[in-house]
Amino acid sequence: MKKILIVLVIIIGLLALFGLALAGKYNSLVKQEEAVKTAWAQVENVYQRRLDLIPNLVETVKGYAQHEKDVFIEVTTARAGVGQIKIDSGLINDPAALQSFQKAQSGLSGALSRLLAVAENYPNLKANENFLALQSQLEGTENRIAVERKRYNDVAQAYNTGIRQFPANFIAGIFGFKSKVYFESEPEAAKAPVVKF
Amino acid sequence: MLKKVTQLLLIAVLALYCGSLLALEVPDKPVSRVSDYAGMFSSQTVVDLSQYLGSFEAQTGNQLVVVTFPSLDGEDLEDFSIRLAEKWKIGQKDKDNGVILAIFKNDRKVRIEVGYGLEAVLTDALCSRIIAQNIAPHFKQENYDAGIKEAVTAIIGILTDGKPSPAVANKSAKVFTLIIVFGIIIAILIISNLGGGSWFYLGGTGYRSGGGFGGGGFSGGGGFSGGGGSFGGGGSSGGW
Repeated sequence: MKKILIVLVIIIGLLALFGLALAGKYNSLVKQEEAVKTAWAQVENVYQRRLDLIPNLVETVKGYAQHEKDVFIEVTTARAGVGQIKIDSGLINDPAALQSFQKAQSGLSGALSRLLAVAENYPNLKANENFLALQSQLEGTENRIAVERKRYNDVAQAYNTGIRQFPANFIAGIFGFKSKVYFESEPEAAKAPVVKF
Repeated sequence: MLKKVTQLLLIAVLALYCGSLLALEVPDKPVSRVSDYAGMFSSQTVVDLSQYLGSFEAQTGNQLVVVTFPSLDGEDLEDFSIRLAEKWKIGQKDKDNGVILAIFKNDRKVRIEVGYGLEAVLTDALCSRIIAQNIAPHFKQENYDAGIKEAVTAIIGILTDGKPSPAVANKSAKVFTLIIVFGIIIAILIISNLGGGSWFYLGGTGYRSGGGFGGGGFSGGGGFSGGGGSFGGGGSSGGW
């Protein structure tokens, strides 16, 4: 009788310990997922910041280079393309959605760099204080985007690794922690070596 | 999927490893407010600037440091600069009010890295102007002392006239305190319950693994180190 009691207590104790460990894991997963969401919010912020800069930039360039219609249309179209994508934290759970987000954003990057290239041909524009300010803000924002994307990828990677480890993988399965999608490396790298024969 | 993730991880690790072998190392922490690794300034300038920056920090809390390197060693300017900022953590932790003025002599490149909390005052455009108007003309004539003094004066002028954005409440610190308090309560409960065998009670209280809440490494005023400030890539790059 007494033996059974001891065995029972030990089993209950072990179960409780296991539960304790799982609860701890659960909480650390919650924390990690929150970190991913926070990092994603920063990514959204900096992309939004770039979007907000565009109207002013386009207006300023237009003031000096009205007839460069093609590039204005291109920027406007690319900006509208970005605007069509519903941006929320759901994107990071959906590879296809994030990919189309990224595609739209890099389309905009391309259009903007062509806009700046066009501006190079107008010395008066290049000397314009307002244009210089906008240009440096755009550069700064591109850099912020790179920084926040990298930080997002880092925390997403830590989280993705976290949910696959034992025993967190049980918790992740039970409570539906889904792995997050990474940003792929910048298209510049992919764009550069186009060799045609 | 599994294979792809593993590959990605492997590539990332390899890249980091190779990077650390070839690249310019980020020093653990600054020598002082003026860390002239490239030896560009006269010793008088270093002393003067350090004092100037020190009293500026004492008055406003904003932390501005100057650092020079002989060369980027093929590193990307912005990439190296943000890693430097992440490691040195210039600025106060709850205000993110740090600024780093980094100069790479042989590459003739400059970067002003601005902490989150000062981005609204020391804007990218202003940083770009400081580089173009205060630094470049002097540096072109190898007048490094004059250039750096003008640049620091200009930055401090902007930070003094413009109102820095009000301090953001340090939410994470509050959370950490909560976790610590919680942890202590749990520890007491565990100890007091050790004999009783009522472990289930503990399971139900929402135990938190309170791991990893090391302090922020705040500079206590004496000596010199970053105060835990964060950077998000704001500022400007330029050259001469």
